[in-house]
Amino acid sequence: MSLLSPRLRAQIVKEMLCILRDPKSRYLLIVPPILQLLIFSFAATMELKHVEIGLYNRDAGRWGHELAARVGAAGFVRRVVPAHEESEIRRMLDTRAVLAALVIPETLSRDLAAQRPATVQIILDGRRANGGQVLLGYLNAIVAGLNAELPGQSGIGREILAVRHWFNPNLVYQWFIVPSLGGVLVMFITLAVTALSIARERELGTFDQLLVSPCTPLEIIVAKIVPAMLLGLLMGMIMASAGIFGYGIPFTGSYLLLSASLLLFIVSIVGIGLMVSSICATQQQAILGTFAIGVPTVLMSGFATPVENMPRVLQWLAEAIPLKHYLIILQGSFLKALPPEEVFAHAWPMAVIALVTLTVATIFVRGKLQ
Amino acid sequence: MSDPARVPSLNLRRVLALACKESLQVVRDPSVILIAFVLPVVMLFLFAYAVSLDIKSVPIGVVLESDGAEAQSLAAGFAATRYFVAKPARDRREVTEDLVGGRLRGLVVIPQDFERRLASSWRRPLIQVVTDATQPNTANFVAGYAQGVLTGWLAARRTPMYPALSLEPRFWFNPEIESHRFLVPGAIAVVMTIIGTLLTALVVAREWERGTMEAILSTPATVGDIIAGKLLPYIVLGLAATFLSALLAVIVFGVPLRGSWPTLMALSLAFLFPALGQGLLISTIARNQFIASQLAMFSGFLPAFLLSGFLFEIDSMPAPVRAITYIIPARYFVGSLQTVFLAGDVWPLLLPNIAAMLIIGTLLFGLVRLKTRKSLDV
Repeated sequence: MSLLSPRLRAQIVKEMLCILRDPKSRYLLIVPPILQLLIFSFAATMELKHVEIGLYNRDAGRWGHELAARVGAAGFVRRVVPAHEESEIRRMLDTRAVLAALVIPETLSRDLAAQRPATVQIILDGRRANGGQVLLGYLNAIVAGLNAELPGQSGIGREILAVRHWFNPNLVYQWFIVPSLGGVLVMFITLAVTALSIARERELGTFDQLLVSPCTPLEIIVAKIVPAMLLGLLMGMIMASAGIFGYGIPFTGSYLLLSASLLLFIVSIVGIGLMVSSICATQQQAILGTFAIGVPTVLMSGFATPVENMPRVLQWLAEAIPLKHYLIILQGSFLKALPPEEVFAHAWPMAVIALVTLTVATIFVRGKLQ
Repeated sequence: MSDPARVPSLNLRRVLALACKESLQVVRDPSVILIAFVLPVVMLFLFAYAVSLDIKSVPIGVVLESDGAEAQSLAAGFAATRYFVAKPARDRREVTEDLVGGRLRGLVVIPQDFERRLASSWRRPLIQVVTDATQPNTANFVAGYAQGVLTGWLAARRTPMYPALSLEPRFWFNPEIESHRFLVPGAIAVVMTIIGTLLTALVVAREWERGTMEAILSTPATVGDIIAGKLLPYIVLGLAATFLSALLAVIVFGVPLRGSWPTLMALSLAFLFPALGQGLLISTIARNQFIASQLAMFSGFLPAFLLSGFLFEIDSMPAPVRAITYIIPARYFVGSLQTVFLAGDVWPLLLPNIAAMLIIGTLLFGLVRLKTRKSLDV
């Protein structure tokens, strides 16, 4: 069988038309993922800005005022909400009006003037402990700055640590989120298109027509795979270009290696999608199946939190997730000039996954076709 | 054909008959059970054990360039803390590759002249920390914890140098700062969005796609009957899924429920209103399951994940994105759920949130009604 027999070509054209014929779906395949990248890359940030902080200053002296002024002037604070009693602080935190509240004790200025250690209480909202911990770090820096200026405290503000952030010196969160989010979106769209391919035919009853057509099972499968692969590749390229040109994220790695990895990634995802599709009898099942597989996959891929934070068993499981490997290659290609051997170390697991899923999917589909 | 004039009245018998038909479809489809009951369990499990924002055992390299006893004691300090898993090295070139390969998240370099730096009162840093900033969050944690280890080591070594002024942090509602306590309520909101918006969008779009919607519209049932009959089973399903998730959260995953169960269920009911409305609207616009699923993903699922304030602080988002969050029902639901679980029935917070969800729901159903009636004329 020649790879591009007229029969196969006709099948591929038919499958392409299935996806692209409807103007609504044509538009939906390309535009929303890009919009999503745009909106969510700005939303997903771990930096804090525009924070509101409650302040209950019981100290009439100089230092309480000084601390309050410094917190109020900090770039990440939008507003300091003054409180005049304990219950107001409680109400502000209960209703999430503020992320945190400072309670400055009456004795602060007296203690500091007498060179006694003093503490200021900071109450943080544990429902938003995520942001709370970041805020605590910011406030500690302000306090450290204040400490250095206190009487008799020379040398304490000393920097004991020289920190250098490699690959992303200013810790720009978008440099991390844009490539990764692009990978996640490409995975979802490829998975959905492939998962629907066979399920749609079965739901609409056209699957039987495929059975009586002269095409071999392999031709049918290849024809189903090709449009999803082309779409995935295109979206992957668009996402990467958006990162490079739209967001100005430095790309230090090799375009060729990244493209090859993207191809492996897409093929492995297509394999998974085809497996889902061969099991499902309706489109609804295929779409819900996509979510049931996609959501846990994203959660375990290292997109939201580092893989090494997970229990050992889940870490092993994560090795079987193509997205995990692709994200490492993607992030590395952008910022780290990832050397070929490192790319290869994460490319071969994807190749294995692709081989396994495609084989299993082919067996499944063949079973259905015969 | 139904008469638009008598749309508002609901015929209970018809609604129940339609709801019964829809329920059978739900019960017979294993994929619905998978999404409503299996996915929540998997997600809660992952949020409790996998997606931990509390950083523990971060792999770092400790490069000991000095042979002094003090330097070795500090290196041992880095090896002993539970925040880090230290890989010892004598030269930074041994571990740089691991940092590039992502096997290490940071390096701590204890320099050759560490003892001299320690003795001098010069303002020279004692050690150097290099982080892998491709993941800015982890980089921050590495720098912060390295500072903590060093400060602790200094304090234990000589007469403690207390800073004159220090902050005493207290986390209300979640004193141990366990991330799954605020992530699990958020996960419930995501699951509810999938059930409420995605599932509804799919089932109604399917009727349009297969042409069975016209068949139902030609029955004596009014548009109101049809919508109510369609939605009733999904309201029950959504509430059941929430109840199961909340039960699991409390019993298995140790999330406290400081508010009351009735409040929790009332909130879920209030959230289902806009969620279902959104699903219906999507299906009436799309009338095709693939398009409906993409729209539901774009307008329901991803915003519930990323714009609801459960992973990322809404306050920190740029103004245009912040403006978008106000029309996302999950925003109100996530905040309320976290409050009911961790703080209690704080009505001054819950009531405005419920009101917001109901208003959004009313608007969405208004749009649905407009769209559906038009389609009847066609």
